[in-house]
Amino acid sequence: MAYRRDMYWLAAFFTVLMLAPLAMPNNYYLTVLIMCCLHAMNAVGLCLLVGHAGQISLGHAGFYGLAAYTSAFLSTTIGLPVGLSMLAGIGAGTVTSVLVGLPSLKLHGHYLAMATLGFGVILSILFTETIDITGGPSGFVGIPGLSVFGYELTNDASIYRVVALGLCLIVWLAFNVLHSRIGRALRALHTSEKAAQAMGVDVARYKLFVFVLSAFFSSVAGVLYAHYLTFIAPASFGFMFSVEIIVMVVLGGMISVPGSIIGAFFLTVLPEFLRAFENSEIILFGAILVLCMIFLPDGLAGGWNRLWQRLRAASAQASLRKQI
Amino acid sequence: MDLSTLLQYLVTGLTLGSTYGLTALGFTIIFNTTGVINFAQGEFVMLGGMMSVFFLHSLGVSEPVAILLAVTATTITGALVERLAIRPVRHCPAINLVIITIGISILIRGIAMILWGKDTYALPSFSGNAPVFFLGAAIMPQALWVLGISLVLLGGLKFFFSATIQGKAMLACSFNAKAASLVGIGVQRMVLFSFMISAFVGAVGGVILAPITLTSFDVGIMLGLKGFAACILGGLGNPFGAAAGGIILGVLEALGAGFISSAYKDALAFVILLILLFIKPSGLFGRDDAKRV
Repeated sequence: MAYRRDMYWLAAFFTVLMLAPLAMPNNYYLTVLIMCCLHAMNAVGLCLLVGHAGQISLGHAGFYGLAAYTSAFLSTTIGLPVGLSMLAGIGAGTVTSVLVGLPSLKLHGHYLAMATLGFGVILSILFTETIDITGGPSGFVGIPGLSVFGYELTNDASIYRVVALGLCLIVWLAFNVLHSRIGRALRALHTSEKAAQAMGVDVARYKLFVFVLSAFFSSVAGVLYAHYLTFIAPASFGFMFSVEIIVMVVLGGMISVPGSIIGAFFLTVLPEFLRAFENSEIILFGAILVLCMIFLPDGLAGGWNRLWQRLRAASAQASLRKQI
Repeated sequence: MDLSTLLQYLVTGLTLGSTYGLTALGFTIIFNTTGVINFAQGEFVMLGGMMSVFFLHSLGVSEPVAILLAVTATTITGALVERLAIRPVRHCPAINLVIITIGISILIRGIAMILWGKDTYALPSFSGNAPVFFLGAAIMPQALWVLGISLVLLGGLKFFFSATIQGKAMLACSFNAKAASLVGIGVQRMVLFSFMISAFVGAVGGVILAPITLTSFDVGIMLGLKGFAACILGGLGNPFGAAAGGIILGVLEALGAGFISSAYKDALAFVILLILLFIKPSGLFGRDDAKRV
């Protein structure tokens, strides 16, 4: 059963995430892991939207940022409790996605990419220019730390556990959506929108649903990001981040949820390792991206599957030889 | 508001708009032969400007020679990009190719940053800085150069696509690559040409814009976005639409900066673009094509 296999994968993933801090020599690695999880939340949403429903978005950094700034503003400037601000931040990102999605999702292909991109650019200009509210280019400082039910999380290890749990819940939700009627409808409309429509799939509703769901995932990541770092700046929510999420998904093999998580982890960890090369890190990053796409056209997950099949074929041959 | 202010904004808008239009043309040419949006297009524009400055200062040659070298070098870069990164994966889905162009743009930007640093550079104007006065608006001679060269380039491309055998072959590829290869057109060679022409057009745009807006290693990002927006505004795949889209975008941006707020000029351009898209989902000059199921 595909569903059971996915659940086993999720259980294994959850165990690894929970055990990972034990292998971490210091807090720096924990910070990287937290960022990995936050990026993976974004990537899982985009995996559903791009890989399964076939709708592209180059504006998800906008939802990520909107949720982060809303929660930061409400908790710091207005003084609401952190939990409430976070809920409001997630709400703001999600509701905005409905408003953006309703007109945008009538567009197709590159036009949809442009509309979402335009939306992302407008939001990122707003983050930079409304200095009274967001602190402008130099960023929003002094955001209160993460707290759950009034219990403040002070050390990185506990924040990591909350973030990792959040990621697992999101993955669980994504798997359940994919294995339901909705998931099948999404795949149908990906293959052919007209054919799906003719079969009675309410194309507009499902497209909007998955768009809003992915924006919801990004918003959750956004509020966690704001209250984890306690500092946010518009540069983190620009066009390049939207592109980066798409790259994570494509690198992961487009349709695979575990693949997009691996893609997110890979692309988050990679720049950290490349930091040793100082100035040439950006060149290496670009080169690795190009080489990955040339030599692993179906992503890391696809490359893994091919390797696995080749190994299986080799071992089958070996055992055959033994019998003879 | 008086006429001369309006005219001033219009001239600024037309100048900016023609470079957006040239970038958009670059996008269109590659899109038409490959079906791919080349996100490295903005980098070609950046390379044109930056390499001119580089050749001018390091080789000590005169400005026209430096520009010629820069445009040639960028065109070769375009060819290299196609040969090394696009051709090996030509059978992959379009999204993979798009990601590769994103990777290439990061790569080119990174190399430019290491070679030339993060400073901004100015290329001297082609013919001095004494403004020409027309109906009370001061027009910089460089603006006239931009408009003139853009027009010549547009005319040249029009001639190329409608009157030469190579141009017609490229057009054929854009209609139906398989049919084109059946009548003996080397589709791969046409894709190579399309990258070279796009890089060439982009570089020329970068060169003529550099004296007006200054140039640095990262100007390609915003220029690329604007060029893409201009393409979509005019209707993707339509060269006339791309040029017109660029000019409309430039004029809107200049008017927005002049009358509303210069901080929000980019946002304003995109807001108008979104509204237009919602009203006319296939761009101003695009056609709704019937889809087969």
